[in-house]
Amino acid sequence: MGVAKYVKDEQDGIREVVYQSGIRIKPCYTPEDLAAAGFDYEKDLGHPGEFPFTRSLHPLGYRSRAWTTRQYTGFGTPEETNKRFKLMISHGQTGLNVAFDLPTQMGYDSDDPRAVGEVGRVGMAVNSLRDFEIAFKDIPLDRIGSGLTINAVATIMLAMYQSVAEKFGYPKEKISATPQNDILKEMVGRGAWIFPVDPAVRLVGDAIEYSVKQLPRCNPVSICGYHIRESGASPAQEVAYAFEIAKTYIEEVQARGLMAEAFVGRFSFNFNVYGNLWEQVAKFRAARKLWARMLKEDYAVTDPKSLFLRGLFGGGGSGLTKAQPENNIMRGAFYALAAALSGAQTTALCSFDEAYTIPTPRAALLSLRTLEIIMDEVGLRDTVDPLAGSYFVETLTKQMEAKILAEMQEVQRIGGMRHAVATGHIQRKVSRQAYEFEKGLQDGSYVKVGVNKYTDSVENPPDVELHAHEESWADEQTAGLRQLRRTRDNREVTRTLKALESGTRAGKNVMPYLADCCRAYTTVGEMAGVFRQVFGEWDEPSLF
Amino acid sequence: MAGSKIKILVGKPGLDGHDRGAKVVALALRDAGMEVIYSGLHRTLEQIVRSAVQEGVDVIGLSIMSGAHIPICRTLLTLMKAQGIEDIPVVVGGVIPQQDVPKLTQLGIKGVFPGGTAFEQIVSGIRSAVAQQAA
Repeated sequence: MGVAKYVKDEQDGIREVVYQSGIRIKPCYTPEDLAAAGFDYEKDLGHPGEFPFTRSLHPLGYRSRAWTTRQYTGFGTPEETNKRFKLMISHGQTGLNVAFDLPTQMGYDSDDPRAVGEVGRVGMAVNSLRDFEIAFKDIPLDRIGSGLTINAVATIMLAMYQSVAEKFGYPKEKISATPQNDILKEMVGRGAWIFPVDPAVRLVGDAIEYSVKQLPRCNPVSICGYHIRESGASPAQEVAYAFEIAKTYIEEVQARGLMAEAFVGRFSFNFNVYGNLWEQVAKFRAARKLWARMLKEDYAVTDPKSLFLRGLFGGGGSGLTKAQPENNIMRGAFYALAAALSGAQTTALCSFDEAYTIPTPRAALLSLRTLEIIMDEVGLRDTVDPLAGSYFVETLTKQMEAKILAEMQEVQRIGGMRHAVATGHIQRKVSRQAYEFEKGLQDGSYVKVGVNKYTDSVENPPDVELHAHEESWADEQTAGLRQLRRTRDNREVTRTLKALESGTRAGKNVMPYLADCCRAYTTVGEMAGVFRQVFGEWDEPSLF
Repeated sequence: MAGSKIKILVGKPGLDGHDRGAKVVALALRDAGMEVIYSGLHRTLEQIVRSAVQEGVDVIGLSIMSGAHIPICRTLLTLMKAQGIEDIPVVVGGVIPQQDVPKLTQLGIKGVFPGGTAFEQIVSGIRSAVAQQAA
C-alpha cells in the first residue's frame, strides 16, 4: 500500500524512517544537506517551464490552467456508458477516461464463450463501430479528449475511435485520443496481454507511427508506471520501469526510420500518487527532470515541448482499504494534494468504494469534487511548485533521482525491458516485493489505519452501496451483436479481414487495415482473431 | 493426510489479469510449507480442472477480482463433478463482498478469503478444508 517503514522507541517517538524506495529520512534538513547532495538551482531545477522542468512544465503552473480531470468511467452497455459520460461532463469533467470490459480488452466479442459472465462488468463492452456510435453520441470529439484504457488491442480501438469521429463528421486532425497502448506494463502487472512480446511491441509501434503521420492530436501511448506500482513496485521502480519501457517503444519506432524528436512529444505517462506525500512529490519532480534530460542527451531531442513528461498522475487504488471504507475519502483528498504539489497536468482519483465495487455515481462524483476542491478552495493554484527550495524536498528529489537511475541501470544490466519482461525477471521481483510488503502490513511494521491500527472502532460491516451490474446488459449486448452480424455487409467484412491478415503478415503498419475493418463493422473479436492467428499468444513465464 | 505436504493449485480463472493477490498468497502458502502450483493467467475453468486432475492436488484455490465469483464457482463445481473430482475442496479469494460469502459457502466452497485476510487465516482455512475432506 505504499507507506514508509517506521521504527519507534517506547514513548512512540520515531527513531527511524525509511521510504519505500529505500531512502532513509533524517529528523531535520539544513542547507548542509543541499550542499552534500550537490544541489544546484540552475542545473537541478531551473525556472518553472524551463529545462529540466523539475519545477513545472509551464512557467505559471496552475495559474495559467488548472489540471484536467479524467475519472475512469465506462460500464455495461454503450448506452449506459454514454449516460455516465454525459453526467461527468455536465459536472465539469474535461476529458473522458474510458473503461472497457475484460472481453473487449482481451479481444473477444460479447458472444464468445470466454466472455461469459464478464460482458459489461468492469467497463463497457465494445464489439464494433456500432457500439462507439452509441457510446460517443453527442460528445464533442473535437473538444473532449478521450483516454482509452486498452492495450493488447489498442490499435483496434484507436482505429475505431478514428472511424467514429469520421462518421460523426469530425476530421481526424481534430480528434484527441490517448489509447493506453502500453503492453509491456500489462505483462508486468495488469495482465491484459494477448500476443507474445515482439509482435505486441510491434503493434504499439504501429499505433505510434500511424498517429505521428495521421492523427496530429492523438497521444498514441500512455506508459503506466501506475500498474507496475500497483503490482508491488516501489515509487522509484515505478518511474524507472516506465522509462525503460518508454525506451523500448522509442527504439521500436526509431527502427522504422523516424527520429525520436518527431514522436516522443506524444508520449504520455500514467503514474500513481498514493503513499508517503514527500516521496511522491520528490518522485514526480525527479521524473520530469530525468525524462527531459534522457531525451535530450540520449535521443537528441531539442524541442522543449517534446521534453515534457506529460501525463495523468492520480488514482491511488492500492492505497485504499476495504476496512473502514469511509477513510478512503480522506486518503483520496491527500492523494489529490500530493498530485497537486507534484504539478500533475491531468489527474483522476480512485473512488472510496473501489475495494468493493465499480464506483457508484455518488462515489465517482465525490472523487471529482475532491479534485475540484483542491484546485478551487485550498490554494494549490496560488503559486507554482510551492515546495521548491525546501531543504528536505530538494534533498529528497536528488535522492529519488539517484534511486530511479540505479533501478534503470539494473534493467539495462539484464538486457533491457523487452528481455526482462519476456523472461519474467521483473514480474518475479515485483511480486516478491508485494509479498514482503503484505507481510509487513500483517506484522504491523507498515501502519495502515483501520487495517492494522485503530481497527476496533467499527463493529458492523461497513455500509457500502454496490454498483448494480445488470445481467440483462450482457443479453442486450449479445442480441445487438447478433443483429449486427445479420445486417452488415459480410462480403466487405471478409474482404477487410483478408486484407488485414496479409498486411499483418507482410509486416505493414496495421492501422489503415484496421480502419477499413472498423468502417465495415468488423468486430473486435474478428480483428483480434486475425492477430491471434498470425502472432499466436504469449506463453507467460509463470514465476512467482 | 496428516503430516504430509498439502499440494494446492492456485488458479486465475477468466480474463482478469490482476494477479498480485494470487502471487502474494502463493508465496505465503509456499512459505507455510505447501506445494504450490500456479496456473498462470487467463485460464479457462476446463484448463484449471484438467491441471487439478493432472497434478493430483489436494485443494484448489481460485483468485477472482472481477465480481464474477458466483457464476465462476458454480461452473467450476459442476465441471469438477463431471470429472469425478468433486471431493477436492475449493477455496476462493479476491474482491468478494461480505454478502456473497454465505452464497459461496452454500454452493459448496470450503473457504472464502476476501482481500486483506491474514495469511495465517488463509493457511489454517486451507489446512482445515483439506483435513475435513480426509476425515
